[in-house]
Amino acid sequence: MSDSSAHGASLSVPVWRHPEFRRGAREMVGISLGIAAWGLVAGVAMAKSGMGVGLSLLMSFVVFAGSAQLASLPLIAAGAPIWVVWATALCVNLRFVIFSAQWRPYFAQLPLRMRLWIAYFTADLNYVVFMKRFPEPKPAPEQVPYFFGGVAVNWPSWQIPSITGILLGDAIPTEWGFGFAGTLALLGLTYSLVSDRATWVAAGVAAAAAVAAYALPLKLNIVVAIAAAVAIGLLLDHTVREPQPEEDLT
Amino acid sequence: MTTWEVVATIFGMGLITIVTRAFFMIPEREVPLPAWLKQGLRYAPLAALVAVVAPEVLMTKGHLLDTWRDARLPAVAASTAYFFWRRDILGTILTGTAVMLVLRLGFGW
Repeated sequence: MSDSSAHGASLSVPVWRHPEFRRGAREMVGISLGIAAWGLVAGVAMAKSGMGVGLSLLMSFVVFAGSAQLASLPLIAAGAPIWVVWATALCVNLRFVIFSAQWRPYFAQLPLRMRLWIAYFTADLNYVVFMKRFPEPKPAPEQVPYFFGGVAVNWPSWQIPSITGILLGDAIPTEWGFGFAGTLALLGLTYSLVSDRATWVAAGVAAAAAVAAYALPLKLNIVVAIAAAVAIGLLLDHTVREPQPEEDLT
Repeated sequence: MTTWEVVATIFGMGLITIVTRAFFMIPEREVPLPAWLKQGLRYAPLAALVAVVAPEVLMTKGHLLDTWRDARLPAVAASTAYFFWRRDILGTILTGTAVMLVLRLGFGW
């Protein structure tokens, strides 16, 4: 394939020797506490699902998608048909399909195996951190090292607490609510993404839609919220921007 | 479920996760997306985060909060204040978690 142009140079040196690898790792450290809290919650949930340690560890390594894991556990514990569990995981993961459209310009030239390998690691937080570092959707040699630097912190920050939760299970007092640390990490990331009036409005609409549509099965309220926010965002981009003088008054 | 059914379920979920995360990265040729959609997608990640956070903060067991005496609200208020003061996510997490633990363990909220 034509991966020689932009990314080729970075692959001649080991990825972890690249300065951007350290930067990617450093910029993931701040939110790793939230990732860890969530990993621990997912680990405890797997321990309590009755799958046993072996299968829980298998799920933690193979799936590596916290929200899909948490949504599937009650179904597995209840002995639901396999296709129901898969359909649930698919719906919970639909947001990643949207994210992948934005990953494409950066990684499309890499070999397919590399793209799939990258995809395994592209959770929500990697996405937000990466897009802040590289807002221009153009490939550059430092992107792969930066990405894997983040993964080097993100993946163990999830897996070690997850394994701890699987092994300790009931010994961890979840009623303290420390799992909320994961929500607070996402809250901080959300705030870092809101910049102007359009993004604030889109965020408000998404929040209202997610709560209003919460009763939908399979966490489809997330998809509803994304659709609503994209619609209102487009509307604001195309209407409100026109009258410039009025904006100055408000 | 038997052990092997759970194993199959897990590997299927792993495949689903990789395919959804890779989806638009898989085709070798450019996938034509309408310009308005590309432009609108800049709101998608923000919306996905908000859609996960809002119910976690505002709802209990599928219903809107019916009381202000919920440790999550002061925790979120403290985290919000900290974030816009320092713009640092680690501190945001620690501030909210500290408020939460004090209210839950100290005051029994």
